[in-house]
Amino acid sequence: MRFRDGYNGSSFMELLESEYPHLSPKGDRLFAAAVGEVPAVAHGTTVIGLRFAEGAMVAGDRLATMEYRVASREIEKVFATDDYSLMAIAGAAGPAMEMARLLGIQFEHHEKIEGEPLELEGKANTLAHLIKQNLPAAMQGLVVVPIFAGYDRRRQVGRLWRYEVTGGRYEEKEYDSVGSGSLFARESLKKSFKPGANREEALAMVLEALADAADEDRGTGGVDAVRGIYPRVKTCTSKGIEEISDPQVAGVHQSIIDGRRRPVE
Amino acid sequence: MAFPYYVNPEQMTQDKAEFARKGIARGKSLVTLEYDGGILLLAENPFKLSKIGEIYDRIAFAGVGKFSEFDRLRKMGIQWADVEGYRFSRDDVRGKALANLYSQAIGEEFNRSIKPFEVEIVVAEVGDPQFAGHETNALYQVGFDGTIQDQTGFCVIGGSDDAIQGHMESNFRTGLPPGDALRLGRDALQRAENGSPELEPESLEACLLESERGRRKFRRLSADDVRGLLGA
Repeated sequence: MRFRDGYNGSSFMELLESEYPHLSPKGDRLFAAAVGEVPAVAHGTTVIGLRFAEGAMVAGDRLATMEYRVASREIEKVFATDDYSLMAIAGAAGPAMEMARLLGIQFEHHEKIEGEPLELEGKANTLAHLIKQNLPAAMQGLVVVPIFAGYDRRRQVGRLWRYEVTGGRYEEKEYDSVGSGSLFARESLKKSFKPGANREEALAMVLEALADAADEDRGTGGVDAVRGIYPRVKTCTSKGIEEISDPQVAGVHQSIIDGRRRPVE
Repeated sequence: MAFPYYVNPEQMTQDKAEFARKGIARGKSLVTLEYDGGILLLAENPFKLSKIGEIYDRIAFAGVGKFSEFDRLRKMGIQWADVEGYRFSRDDVRGKALANLYSQAIGEEFNRSIKPFEVEIVVAEVGDPQFAGHETNALYQVGFDGTIQDQTGFCVIGGSDDAIQGHMESNFRTGLPPGDALRLGRDALQRAENGSPELEPESLEACLLESERGRRKFRRLSADDVRGLLGA
Protein backbone atom coordinates (compact mmCIF):
# COMPACT_ATOMS: atom_id res chain seq x y z
CA MET A 1 0.00 0.00 0.00
CA ARG A 2 1.76 3.14 -1.22
CA PHE A 3 0.17 6.55 -0.93
CA ARG A 4 2.33 8.67 -3.20
CA ASP A 5 3.56 6.97 -6.33
CA GLY A 6 1.45 3.80 -6.45
CA TYR A 7 -0.85 2.96 -9.35
CA ASN A 8 -3.77 5.38 -9.31
CA GLY A 9 -6.10 4.17 -12.09
CA SER A 10 -9.26 2.15 -12.15
CA SER A 11 -8.00 -1.05 -13.82
CA PHE A 12 -7.33 -4.10 -11.68
CA MET A 13 -5.27 -5.72 -14.44
CA GLU A 14 -3.04 -2.65 -14.75
CA LEU A 15 -2.72 -2.58 -10.96
CA LEU A 16 -1.42 -6.16 -11.03
CA GLU A 17 0.89 -5.33 -13.93
CA SER A 18 2.48 -2.33 -12.24
CA GLU A 19 2.43 -3.28 -8.54
CA TYR A 20 2.20 -7.08 -8.43
CA PRO A 21 3.73 -8.39 -11.69
CA HIS A 22 4.15 -11.87 -10.16
CA LEU A 23 0.35 -12.12 -9.90
CA SER A 24 -0.35 -10.74 -13.36
CA PRO A 25 -1.89 -13.20 -15.81
CA LYS A 26 -0.06 -11.78 -18.79
CA GLY A 27 0.48 -14.75 -21.05
CA ASP A 28 3.87 -13.77 -22.42
CA ARG A 29 5.43 -13.80 -18.99
CA LEU A 30 3.88 -17.11 -18.00
CA PHE A 31 4.44 -18.96 -21.22
CA ALA A 32 7.54 -17.36 -22.75
CA ALA A 33 9.81 -19.74 -20.90
CA ALA A 34 7.66 -22.82 -21.48
CA VAL A 35 9.04 -25.06 -24.19
CA GLY A 36 7.76 -28.27 -25.68
CA GLU A 37 4.26 -29.54 -25.97
CA VAL A 38 1.58 -28.45 -23.52
CA PRO A 39 0.39 -31.50 -21.57
CA ALA A 40 -3.27 -32.48 -21.84
CA VAL A 41 -5.55 -30.08 -20.00
CA ALA A 42 -9.30 -29.95 -19.47
CA HIS A 43 -11.32 -28.42 -22.28
CA GLY A 44 -14.83 -27.04 -22.15
CA THR A 45 -16.96 -28.00 -25.11
CA THR A 46 -20.14 -26.24 -26.26
CA VAL A 47 -21.67 -22.95 -25.10
CA ILE A 48 -24.44 -20.91 -26.69
CA GLY A 49 -25.57 -17.30 -26.41
CA LEU A 50 -28.66 -15.74 -27.92
CA ARG A 51 -30.73 -12.58 -27.75
CA PHE A 52 -34.38 -12.81 -26.80
CA ALA A 53 -37.12 -10.32 -26.02
CA GLU A 54 -36.03 -9.62 -22.43
CA GLY A 55 -32.27 -9.60 -22.92
CA ALA A 56 -29.66 -12.31 -23.44
CA MET A 57 -29.67 -16.03 -22.66
CA VAL A 58 -26.49 -18.06 -22.27
CA ALA A 59 -26.24 -21.82 -21.92
CA GLY A 60 -23.57 -24.47 -21.74
CA ASP A 61 -23.31 -28.22 -21.25
CA ARG A 62 -21.48 -29.41 -18.13
CA LEU A 63 -18.79 -31.67 -19.57
CA ALA A 64 -15.05 -31.02 -19.66
CA THR A 65 -12.87 -33.38 -21.64
CA MET A 66 -9.17 -34.14 -21.54
CA GLU A 67 -8.29 -35.59 -24.92
CA TYR A 68 -10.82 -38.44 -25.24
CA ARG A 69 -11.54 -38.79 -21.56
CA VAL A 70 -13.93 -37.05 -19.19
CA ALA A 71 -12.16 -34.44 -17.07
CA SER A 72 -15.29 -33.27 -15.25
CA ARG A 73 -18.99 -34.04 -15.61
CA GLU A 74 -20.17 -30.99 -13.72
CA ILE A 75 -17.97 -28.11 -14.78
CA GLU A 76 -19.43 -24.58 -14.74
CA LYS A 77 -19.05 -22.79 -18.05
CA VAL A 78 -21.47 -19.89 -17.63
CA PHE A 79 -20.27 -17.25 -15.16
CA ALA A 80 -21.94 -14.09 -13.93
CA THR A 81 -19.14 -11.53 -14.23
CA ASP A 82 -21.32 -8.94 -12.49
CA ASP A 83 -25.04 -8.19 -12.03
CA TYR A 84 -25.60 -7.48 -15.74
CA SER A 85 -23.10 -9.59 -17.69
CA LEU A 86 -22.34 -13.24 -18.36
CA MET A 87 -19.29 -14.98 -19.74
CA ALA A 88 -19.49 -18.48 -21.18
CA ILE A 89 -16.25 -20.34 -21.74
CA ALA A 90 -15.02 -22.84 -24.27
CA GLY A 91 -11.49 -24.07 -24.88
CA ALA A 92 -8.80 -24.59 -22.22
CA ALA A 93 -10.88 -24.64 -19.05
CA GLY A 94 -8.20 -23.55 -16.56
CA PRO A 95 -7.14 -20.28 -18.25
CA ALA A 96 -10.76 -19.60 -19.26
CA MET A 97 -12.08 -19.88 -15.69
CA GLU A 98 -9.22 -17.73 -14.43
CA MET A 99 -10.15 -15.18 -17.10
CA ALA A 100 -13.78 -15.15 -15.94
CA ARG A 101 -12.66 -14.67 -12.33
CA LEU A 102 -10.34 -11.80 -13.27
CA LEU A 103 -13.05 -10.20 -15.36
CA GLY A 104 -15.47 -10.26 -12.43
CA ILE A 105 -12.86 -8.67 -10.14
CA GLN A 106 -12.03 -6.08 -12.81
CA PHE A 107 -15.68 -5.00 -13.21
CA GLU A 108 -16.23 -4.74 -9.46
CA HIS A 109 -12.89 -2.96 -8.95
CA HIS A 110 -13.76 -0.33 -11.52
CA GLU A 111 -17.22 0.15 -10.06
CA LYS A 112 -15.86 0.65 -6.54
CA ILE A 113 -13.02 2.98 -7.54
CA GLU A 114 -15.09 5.16 -9.86
CA GLY A 115 -18.41 4.84 -8.06
CA GLU A 116 -20.12 3.73 -11.28
CA PRO A 117 -20.08 0.48 -13.26
CA LEU A 118 -18.57 0.19 -16.73
CA GLU A 119 -20.92 0.37 -19.70
CA LEU A 120 -21.55 -3.01 -21.35
CA GLU A 121 -19.43 -1.97 -24.32
CA GLY A 122 -16.55 -1.22 -21.94
CA LYS A 123 -16.95 -4.63 -20.33
CA ALA A 124 -16.84 -6.36 -23.73
CA ASN A 125 -13.65 -4.47 -24.60
CA THR A 126 -12.05 -5.41 -21.26
CA LEU A 127 -12.50 -9.07 -22.12
CA ALA A 128 -10.95 -8.46 -25.55
CA HIS A 129 -7.78 -7.14 -23.84
CA LEU A 130 -7.60 -10.24 -21.64
CA ILE A 131 -7.91 -12.55 -24.63
CA LYS A 132 -5.25 -10.65 -26.53
CA GLN A 133 -2.91 -11.01 -23.56
CA ASN A 134 -3.52 -14.74 -23.67
CA LEU A 135 -2.28 -15.01 -27.28
CA PRO A 136 1.13 -16.53 -26.43
CA ALA A 137 -0.62 -19.26 -24.44
CA ALA A 138 -3.12 -19.74 -27.24
CA MET A 139 -0.24 -20.28 -29.69
CA GLN A 140 0.82 -23.18 -27.50
CA GLY A 141 -2.63 -24.72 -27.58
CA LEU A 142 -4.32 -23.09 -24.60
CA VAL A 143 -6.99 -21.34 -26.61
CA VAL A 144 -9.76 -19.49 -24.79
CA VAL A 145 -12.78 -18.55 -26.87
CA PRO A 146 -15.62 -17.17 -24.78
CA ILE A 147 -19.03 -15.71 -25.46
CA PHE A 148 -19.79 -12.53 -23.61
CA ALA A 149 -23.38 -11.40 -23.14
CA GLY A 150 -25.14 -8.84 -21.05
CA TYR A 151 -27.91 -6.39 -20.61
CA ASP A 152 -27.06 -2.91 -21.88
CA ARG A 153 -28.84 -0.67 -19.40
CA ARG A 154 -28.20 2.48 -21.43
CA ARG A 155 -29.74 1.05 -24.62
CA GLN A 156 -32.09 -1.28 -22.72
CA VAL A 157 -31.34 -4.35 -24.85
CA GLY A 158 -29.50 -7.61 -24.46
CA ARG A 159 -26.25 -7.85 -26.45
CA LEU A 160 -23.71 -10.56 -27.15
CA TRP A 161 -20.21 -10.89 -28.50
CA ARG A 162 -17.90 -13.61 -29.64
CA TYR A 163 -14.12 -13.41 -29.66
CA GLU A 164 -11.14 -14.84 -31.44
CA VAL A 165 -7.66 -15.52 -30.03
CA THR A 166 -6.24 -12.21 -31.34
CA GLY A 167 -8.67 -10.30 -29.12
CA GLY A 168 -10.93 -9.63 -32.10
CA ARG A 169 -14.44 -9.05 -30.89
CA TYR A 170 -17.58 -9.40 -32.96
CA GLU A 171 -21.02 -8.42 -31.89
CA GLU A 172 -23.72 -10.88 -32.86
CA LYS A 173 -27.27 -9.69 -33.45
CA GLU A 174 -29.01 -13.04 -33.05
CA TYR A 175 -27.09 -15.97 -31.59
CA ASP A 176 -23.72 -17.65 -31.51
CA SER A 177 -22.03 -20.77 -30.23
CA VAL A 178 -18.39 -21.73 -29.60
CA GLY A 179 -16.65 -24.96 -28.66
CA SER A 180 -16.33 -28.39 -30.20
CA GLY A 181 -20.06 -28.86 -30.82
CA SER A 182 -20.67 -25.28 -31.93
CA LEU A 183 -21.01 -26.14 -35.61
CA PHE A 184 -24.02 -28.32 -34.88
CA ALA A 185 -25.49 -25.91 -32.36
CA ARG A 186 -25.27 -23.06 -34.85
CA GLU A 187 -26.85 -25.16 -37.59
CA SER A 188 -29.68 -25.99 -35.22
CA LEU A 189 -30.19 -22.34 -34.25
CA LYS A 190 -30.07 -21.29 -37.89
CA LYS A 191 -33.33 -23.20 -38.37
CA SER A 192 -35.03 -22.52 -35.05
CA PHE A 193 -34.02 -18.94 -34.20
CA LYS A 194 -36.82 -16.45 -34.00
CA PRO A 195 -36.04 -12.79 -33.24
CA GLY A 196 -37.80 -11.38 -30.18
CA ALA A 197 -38.60 -14.79 -28.75
CA ASN A 198 -40.01 -14.98 -25.24
CA ARG A 199 -38.27 -16.75 -22.38
CA GLU A 200 -39.88 -20.17 -22.96
CA GLU A 201 -39.20 -20.10 -26.71
CA ALA A 202 -35.59 -19.04 -26.15
CA LEU A 203 -35.08 -21.84 -23.62
CA ALA A 204 -36.49 -24.39 -26.08
CA MET A 205 -34.15 -23.08 -28.82
CA VAL A 206 -30.95 -23.29 -26.74
CA LEU A 207 -31.76 -26.71 -25.31
CA GLU A 208 -32.62 -28.05 -28.76
CA ALA A 209 -29.32 -26.67 -30.09
CA LEU A 210 -27.40 -28.25 -27.18
CA ALA A 211 -29.17 -31.56 -27.76
CA ASP A 212 -28.17 -31.41 -31.44
CA ALA A 213 -24.57 -30.59 -30.53
CA ALA A 214 -24.43 -33.46 -28.02
CA ASP A 215 -25.92 -35.77 -30.61
CA GLU A 216 -23.25 -35.12 -33.23
CA ASP A 217 -20.21 -34.11 -31.15
CA ARG A 218 -18.71 -36.67 -28.75
CA GLY A 219 -17.19 -33.92 -26.61
CA THR A 220 -20.46 -32.19 -25.81
CA GLY A 221 -22.13 -33.50 -22.69
CA GLY A 222 -25.81 -32.90 -23.12
CA VAL A 223 -27.98 -34.24 -20.32
CA ASP A 224 -26.64 -36.81 -17.87
CA ALA A 225 -30.00 -38.30 -16.83
CA VAL A 226 -28.39 -40.97 -14.63
CA ARG A 227 -26.59 -38.46 -12.42
CA GLY A 228 -29.19 -35.74 -12.85
CA ILE A 229 -26.80 -33.25 -14.46
CA TYR A 230 -28.45 -30.72 -16.77
CA PRO A 231 -27.10 -27.91 -18.95
CA ARG A 232 -26.68 -24.57 -17.20
CA VAL A 233 -28.88 -21.81 -18.58
CA LYS A 234 -28.71 -18.21 -17.36
CA THR A 235 -30.47 -15.06 -18.46
CA CYS A 236 -29.38 -11.46 -18.23
CA THR A 237 -32.19 -8.90 -18.33
CA SER A 238 -33.13 -5.56 -16.80
CA LYS A 239 -33.73 -7.52 -13.59
CA GLY A 240 -30.15 -8.79 -13.51
CA ILE A 241 -28.87 -12.36 -13.76
CA GLU A 242 -31.20 -15.30 -13.26
CA GLU A 243 -30.51 -18.99 -13.47
CA ILE A 244 -33.14 -21.28 -14.96
CA SER A 245 -33.76 -24.10 -12.50
CA ASP A 246 -32.75 -27.69 -13.23
CA PRO A 247 -36.36 -29.00 -13.04
CA GLN A 248 -37.42 -26.45 -15.66
CA VAL A 249 -34.47 -27.32 -17.92
CA ALA A 250 -35.20 -31.03 -17.40
CA GLY A 251 -38.85 -30.55 -18.35
CA VAL A 252 -38.10 -28.76 -21.61
CA HIS A 253 -35.35 -31.24 -22.43
CA GLN A 254 -37.76 -34.13 -21.85
CA SER A 255 -40.29 -32.71 -24.30
CA ILE A 256 -37.55 -32.33 -26.93
CA ILE A 257 -36.47 -35.94 -26.42
CA ASP A 258 -40.09 -37.19 -26.44
CA GLY A 259 -40.62 -35.47 -29.79
CA ARG A 260 -37.64 -37.29 -31.25
CA ARG A 261 -38.19 -40.73 -29.71
CA ARG A 262 -39.13 -43.56 -32.05
CA PRO A 263 -41.10 -46.61 -30.93
CA VAL A 264 -39.24 -49.89 -30.42
CA GLU A 265 -40.14 -52.25 -33.29
CA MET B 1 30.14 28.43 11.56
CA ALA B 2 26.72 27.13 10.53
CA PHE B 3 24.41 25.94 13.27
CA PRO B 4 23.18 22.34 12.91
CA TYR B 5 19.51 22.15 11.94
CA TYR B 6 17.58 21.15 15.04
CA VAL B 7 13.86 20.86 15.63
CA ASN B 8 12.42 19.89 18.96
CA PRO B 9 10.46 16.69 18.21
CA GLU B 10 7.87 17.43 20.87
CA GLN B 11 7.22 20.87 19.48
CA MET B 12 7.10 19.57 15.93
CA THR B 13 4.63 16.81 16.79
CA GLN B 14 2.40 19.25 18.61
CA ASP B 15 2.48 21.68 15.69
CA LYS B 16 1.62 18.99 13.21
CA ALA B 17 -1.22 17.68 15.35
CA GLU B 18 -2.64 21.16 15.75
CA PHE B 19 -2.40 21.73 12.01
CA ALA B 20 -4.19 18.46 11.24
CA ARG B 21 -6.90 19.12 13.86
CA LYS B 22 -7.60 22.55 12.40
CA GLY B 23 -7.88 21.13 8.91
CA ILE B 24 -10.30 18.43 10.01
CA ALA B 25 -12.37 20.86 12.09
CA ARG B 26 -13.19 22.87 8.97
CA GLY B 27 -15.18 19.94 7.53
CA LYS B 28 -18.40 18.26 8.62
CA SER B 29 -18.62 15.23 10.89
CA LEU B 30 -19.61 11.70 10.14
CA VAL B 31 -21.38 9.09 12.28
CA THR B 32 -21.08 5.32 12.02
CA LEU B 33 -23.38 3.15 14.12
CA GLU B 34 -24.53 -0.41 14.45
CA TYR B 35 -28.23 -1.20 14.02
CA ASP B 36 -30.20 -4.45 14.16
CA GLY B 37 -29.39 -5.40 10.55
CA GLY B 38 -25.79 -4.23 10.22
CA ILE B 39 -23.97 -0.90 10.17
CA LEU B 40 -25.13 2.57 9.13
CA LEU B 41 -22.67 5.21 7.89
CA LEU B 42 -24.06 8.72 7.79
CA ALA B 43 -22.63 12.11 6.87
CA GLU B 44 -23.86 15.58 6.14
CA ASN B 45 -22.89 15.83 2.49
CA PRO B 46 -25.14 17.44 -0.12
CA PHE B 47 -22.46 17.06 -2.85
CA LYS B 48 -21.76 14.37 -5.42
CA LEU B 49 -18.24 13.67 -4.09
CA SER B 50 -18.69 10.84 -1.62
CA LYS B 51 -17.18 10.49 1.82
CA ILE B 52 -18.38 6.93 2.20
CA GLY B 53 -17.45 4.05 -0.09
CA GLU B 54 -17.50 0.30 -0.58
CA ILE B 55 -14.18 -1.46 -0.05
CA TYR B 56 -15.05 -5.15 -0.21
CA ASP B 57 -17.87 -7.62 0.44
CA ARG B 58 -18.32 -6.80 4.14
CA ILE B 59 -16.13 -3.70 4.46
CA ALA B 60 -16.90 -0.01 4.02
CA PHE B 61 -14.79 3.12 4.29
CA ALA B 62 -15.68 6.58 5.54
CA GLY B 63 -13.45 9.63 5.73
CA VAL B 64 -13.59 13.25 6.82
CA GLY B 65 -11.16 16.12 6.31
CA LYS B 66 -9.36 16.81 3.08
CA PHE B 67 -11.20 15.09 0.23
CA SER B 68 -8.20 14.41 -2.02
CA GLU B 69 -6.35 12.72 0.83
CA PHE B 70 -9.08 10.46 2.19
CA ASP B 71 -10.30 9.58 -1.30
CA ARG B 72 -6.80 8.40 -2.20
CA LEU B 73 -6.83 6.33 0.99
CA ARG B 74 -10.19 4.87 -0.02
CA LYS B 75 -8.80 3.82 -3.40
CA MET B 76 -5.71 2.30 -1.78
CA GLY B 77 -8.00 0.26 0.44
CA ILE B 78 -9.94 -1.07 -2.56
CA GLN B 79 -6.69 -1.95 -4.32
CA TRP B 80 -5.36 -3.78 -1.30
CA ALA B 81 -8.63 -5.66 -0.72
CA ASP B 82 -9.09 -6.74 -4.34
CA VAL B 83 -5.51 -7.97 -4.62
CA GLU B 84 -5.79 -9.82 -1.30
CA GLY B 85 -9.04 -11.46 -2.38
CA TYR B 86 -7.55 -12.41 -5.75
CA ARG B 87 -4.37 -13.80 -4.21
CA PHE B 88 -6.11 -15.75 -1.44
CA SER B 89 -9.90 -15.93 -1.13
CA ARG B 90 -12.73 -13.47 -0.61
CA ASP B 91 -13.13 -14.56 3.01
CA ASP B 92 -9.48 -13.74 3.70
CA VAL B 93 -10.03 -10.01 3.27
CA ARG B 94 -10.42 -8.66 6.80
CA GLY B 95 -11.29 -5.25 8.13
CA LYS B 96 -8.75 -5.48 10.94
CA ALA B 97 -5.84 -6.01 8.55
CA LEU B 98 -6.97 -3.07 6.44
CA ALA B 99 -7.40 -0.80 9.46
CA ASN B 100 -3.87 -1.69 10.59
CA LEU B 101 -2.48 -0.87 7.17
CA TYR B 102 -4.26 2.47 7.21
CA SER B 103 -2.95 3.16 10.68
CA GLN B 104 0.61 2.50 9.53
CA ALA B 105 0.32 4.49 6.30
CA ILE B 106 -1.24 7.51 8.02
CA GLY B 107 1.15 7.29 10.99
CA GLU B 108 4.14 7.14 8.66
CA GLU B 109 2.91 10.20 6.80
CA PHE B 110 2.46 12.04 10.09
CA ASN B 111 6.02 11.27 11.20
CA ARG B 112 7.86 11.73 7.94
CA SER B 113 6.30 14.52 6.00
CA ILE B 114 6.17 18.18 6.89
CA LYS B 115 2.45 18.33 6.25
CA PRO B 116 0.49 15.49 7.87
CA PHE B 117 -2.79 14.17 6.50
CA GLU B 118 -5.80 16.24 7.50
CA VAL B 119 -8.06 13.21 7.70
CA GLU B 120 -9.86 10.91 10.05
CA ILE B 121 -11.25 7.64 8.76
CA VAL B 122 -13.42 4.69 9.78
CA VAL B 123 -13.17 1.12 8.53
CA ALA B 124 -16.49 -0.64 9.16
CA GLU B 125 -16.86 -4.38 8.85
CA VAL B 126 -20.27 -6.00 9.13
CA GLY B 127 -20.59 -9.46 10.67
CA ASP B 128 -21.86 -12.33 8.57
CA PRO B 129 -24.19 -14.75 10.36
CA GLN B 130 -23.11 -17.51 7.94
CA PHE B 131 -19.36 -17.06 8.59
CA ALA B 132 -18.25 -18.86 11.75
CA GLY B 133 -16.00 -16.69 13.91
CA HIS B 134 -16.95 -13.52 12.01
CA GLU B 135 -20.54 -12.96 13.11
CA THR B 136 -19.97 -9.65 14.90
CA ASN B 137 -19.50 -6.13 13.55
CA ALA B 138 -16.29 -4.14 13.90
CA LEU B 139 -15.61 -0.40 13.72
CA TYR B 140 -12.02 0.81 13.48
CA GLN B 141 -11.31 4.49 13.78
CA VAL B 142 -7.97 5.85 12.55
CA GLY B 143 -6.87 9.38 13.43
CA PHE B 144 -4.63 11.85 11.54
CA ASP B 145 -1.51 10.58 13.36
CA GLY B 146 -2.31 6.91 12.76
CA THR B 147 -3.86 6.28 16.17
CA ILE B 148 -6.16 3.30 15.79
CA GLN B 149 -9.15 2.58 18.01
CA ASP B 150 -11.52 -0.35 18.01
CA GLN B 151 -14.98 1.08 18.76
CA THR B 152 -18.13 -0.69 19.79
CA GLY B 153 -21.64 0.48 18.98
CA PHE B 154 -20.88 3.73 17.25
CA CYS B 155 -18.11 6.13 16.37
CA VAL B 156 -17.97 9.78 15.43
CA ILE B 157 -15.27 11.39 13.33
CA GLY B 158 -14.76 14.94 12.18
CA GLY B 159 -14.34 18.45 13.50
CA SER B 160 -16.95 19.61 15.95
CA ASP B 161 -17.73 16.19 17.25
CA ASP B 162 -18.13 16.81 21.00
CA ALA B 163 -21.83 17.65 20.83
CA ILE B 164 -22.41 14.77 18.42
CA GLN B 165 -20.46 12.37 20.59
CA GLY B 166 -22.45 13.48 23.62
CA HIS B 167 -25.76 12.97 21.87
CA MET B 168 -24.74 9.52 20.67
CA GLU B 169 -23.46 8.48 24.10
CA SER B 170 -26.71 9.38 25.81
CA ASN B 171 -29.08 8.03 23.15
CA PHE B 172 -27.40 5.06 21.47
CA ARG B 173 -28.55 1.58 22.32
CA THR B 174 -27.91 -1.74 20.62
CA GLY B 175 -30.41 -3.40 18.29
CA LEU B 176 -32.01 -0.24 16.88
CA PRO B 177 -34.15 -0.75 13.78
CA PRO B 178 -32.75 1.03 10.67
CA GLY B 179 -35.24 3.92 10.78
CA ASP B 180 -34.43 4.69 14.43
CA ALA B 181 -30.68 4.41 13.75
CA LEU B 182 -30.99 6.86 10.87
CA ARG B 183 -33.00 9.30 12.98
CA LEU B 184 -30.48 9.06 15.81
CA GLY B 185 -27.58 9.65 13.41
CA ARG B 186 -29.30 12.62 11.80
CA ASP B 187 -30.24 14.17 15.14
CA ALA B 188 -26.64 13.79 16.29
CA LEU B 189 -25.26 15.42 13.12
CA GLN B 190 -27.72 18.31 13.54
CA ARG B 191 -26.00 19.16 16.80
CA ALA B 192 -22.68 19.95 15.10
CA GLU B 193 -21.50 23.53 15.63
CA ASN B 194 -20.79 23.97 11.94
CA GLY B 195 -23.73 21.86 10.71
CA SER B 196 -27.30 22.63 9.78
CA PRO B 197 -29.96 22.35 12.49
CA GLU B 198 -32.47 20.84 10.00
CA LEU B 199 -30.94 18.20 7.74
CA GLU B 200 -33.04 17.21 4.73
CA PRO B 201 -32.61 13.74 3.15
CA GLU B 202 -30.98 15.46 0.15
CA SER B 203 -28.14 16.78 2.35
CA LEU B 204 -27.36 13.38 3.87
CA GLU B 205 -25.02 10.78 2.49
CA ALA B 206 -26.19 7.46 3.95
CA CYS B 207 -24.86 3.97 3.27
CA LEU B 208 -25.58 0.62 4.86
CA LEU B 209 -23.67 -2.59 5.36
CA GLU B 210 -26.49 -5.10 5.57
CA SER B 211 -25.55 -8.41 7.16
CA GLU B 212 -28.40 -10.31 5.46
CA ARG B 213 -27.51 -9.11 1.95
CA GLY B 214 -25.76 -11.41 -0.56
CA ARG B 215 -22.04 -11.25 -1.19
CA ARG B 216 -21.69 -7.48 -1.50
CA LYS B 217 -23.30 -6.11 1.62
CA PHE B 218 -22.75 -2.42 0.90
CA ARG B 219 -25.69 -0.34 -0.23
CA ARG B 220 -25.89 3.39 -0.91
CA LEU B 221 -29.23 4.91 0.07
CA SER B 222 -30.94 7.40 -2.22
CA ALA B 223 -32.64 10.49 -0.81
CA ASP B 224 -35.95 8.66 -1.30
CA ASP B 225 -34.67 5.63 0.63
CA VAL B 226 -33.62 7.96 3.45
CA ARG B 227 -36.95 9.75 3.40
CA GLY B 228 -38.77 6.41 3.53
CA LEU B 229 -36.71 5.16 6.47
CA LEU B 230 -37.04 8.43 8.39
CA GLY B 231 -40.81 8.46 7.86
CA ALA B 232 -41.29 4.83 8.85
